[in-house]
Amino acid sequence: MSEDVLQIKDLQISYGGIEAVRGISFDVKAGEVVTLIGANGAGKSSTLRAISGLVKPKAGTVIFEGEDITGKDSNAIVSKGLMMVPEGRRIFPNLTVLENLKIGAYLRNDDLEADLETVYGYFPRLKERSWQAGGTLSGGEQQMLAVGRALMGRPKLLMMDEPSLGLAPIVVQGIFEIINRIHEAGTTVLLIEQNANMALHVADRAYVIENGKISMEGTGKELLADEKVREAYLGSVDHK
Amino acid sequence: MKVKKKHTREIAGIIILFLFVILLENISGVIPGMPAILQPTSPLFTVLKKAAVYSLVAVSMNLLNGFTGLFSLGQAGFMLLGAYTYAILTVPTDQKAQVYYLFGGCAFDFSLPDLFQGIFGNTGVGSAVSLILATLIALILAGCVAGFFAYLIGIPVLRLKSDYLAIATLGFAEILRAIFQWQKLGPVTNGANMIKGFPTFSSFNITDTTGNTILRLSTFVPFFITTVCIILIVCLINSSYGRAFKSIRDDEIAAEAMGIGLFKHKMLSFVISSFFAGVGGAMFAMYVANAQAKAFTSVMTYEILLIVVIGGIGSVSGSVLATFLYVACSEWWLRFLDSEMYLGSFKVPLLRNGFRMVVFSIVIMVIVLFFSEGIMGDNELNLAGLHRRFQRKHSAAKKERE
Repeated sequence: MSEDVLQIKDLQISYGGIEAVRGISFDVKAGEVVTLIGANGAGKSSTLRAISGLVKPKAGTVIFEGEDITGKDSNAIVSKGLMMVPEGRRIFPNLTVLENLKIGAYLRNDDLEADLETVYGYFPRLKERSWQAGGTLSGGEQQMLAVGRALMGRPKLLMMDEPSLGLAPIVVQGIFEIINRIHEAGTTVLLIEQNANMALHVADRAYVIENGKISMEGTGKELLADEKVREAYLGSVDHK
Repeated sequence: MKVKKKHTREIAGIIILFLFVILLENISGVIPGMPAILQPTSPLFTVLKKAAVYSLVAVSMNLLNGFTGLFSLGQAGFMLLGAYTYAILTVPTDQKAQVYYLFGGCAFDFSLPDLFQGIFGNTGVGSAVSLILATLIALILAGCVAGFFAYLIGIPVLRLKSDYLAIATLGFAEILRAIFQWQKLGPVTNGANMIKGFPTFSSFNITDTTGNTILRLSTFVPFFITTVCIILIVCLINSSYGRAFKSIRDDEIAAEAMGIGLFKHKMLSFVISSFFAGVGGAMFAMYVANAQAKAFTSVMTYEILLIVVIGGIGSVSGSVLATFLYVACSEWWLRFLDSEMYLGSFKVPLLRNGFRMVVFSIVIMVIVLFFSEGIMGDNELNLAGLHRRFQRKHSAAKKERE
């Protein structure tokens, strides 16, 4: 019904001779939260890196807002409004919080004040620490900074690579609340997670990746209820 | 408004520094009977001039190594390019036959000072204007030549990572030094011989018609050029480009994911750093009053690298501070270690020619081992901050007393 923001067709990625992604296709529609879940090494992060131009895919196409962006340079892709929150946060440790945020808006030339206020609205903690070096923040705060930095680029599509990695459960909950709020504010989100339980709760639609292929898809609720998904990714099968 | 106020203070500080330097080098001429240290031949002025030249090169190296995270060791090579460009362009035409006598004169008959003297005349104000213009243009061209070569070798070399980049740039500097000493290029580079006779820092001293010096400016000129260049570099570091450089240093992949073109920004930093190294090289030629390829060895690069490390990688003021300390130690304060000394009839042991370098090496090892952050770390010297810290301490002490 609504238009596709991102369309992936038969994407293949290999590192040397090792095939990480073996032909996956999916799409993200405007205003959705879509999640890719799967185990370690399933090919989730590789997919995301190929979309954002950090690795060149072996085959397949990536279409963003009707335009083929396959294999383009990452700064060309970012300038179209596709921002990424990289795996493991990867904030700039020696730059201040404010500088980190400004780097996120590097390809924009307009006024940043309004966006800074928006980001500080989501994460008041960052405002308190705006003059602190990024490396001195706690893990959760660094994740906030990574998300805030990506939001500074005014993304049409925000891609997040495992935002819950290495964070305490309570902090993870906070991050997912923010994802919900960002979504409500109208940003389309592509989320990659190992924490399937959290991811499926916020997602409109979800894809399960196994060994570089999509093995299942459906709405978040459908997959949460699915026996196989519960067994493989949610850790426990409830025996009532 | 606040920003503007801050800048006026900095500008005032720089002007005071300039006036102080001019006063320092002229005071012995105005008031007779000043101590030997203030005489124009005193090591003080040698140190000040050399340190002014070296601090520009150190800051340019810091821009690349400290702020962009590219470990390059080609600084001496770019200085050499700058020195030769400056020297070749500014040797007066009537001196060329004498300078290039081994090669039967210079390959081309062109000289910037002569060109401008043809326009502005060669007496009084006219000669001053042509000297300033010729030097300025030659310095800028010296930087441009260095920057251009940096661009050329940057295309293949900047795709290399850390150690490989250092090796490649070091090799480039060595090759360049060999090429400039090649006899076949003699009519341009004067082979292995030095080029001299071009305007130096002393050319800027103002003399009256009888040849007596009225106003010495030979220390002020390097201070002035270096200050202008360092201000430009600081502006670059504080701009959004500088932020991009720092983000590349911190995390290349994240910087790329934020849309920063890695190659483009690395190239920009490399070319700008080399430009200022070229200007620094030209100033070095002015300081030693000759240009000779064998002066620009890798030892010179290491010296500058050492200064950057001692000052703190990623700190401009640290580099400047370290340069002055380093040059003062190597050229002046530790000189006494090289000559034998007697206390009464007791001969102080170990003091002999070359001992200075032993002590110097030990001092450097101690600094690198125990103060690995350098003098400043990656902080900047900030007078207002120092003042605040002092006040805080002061008020704390006051409270304690009460």
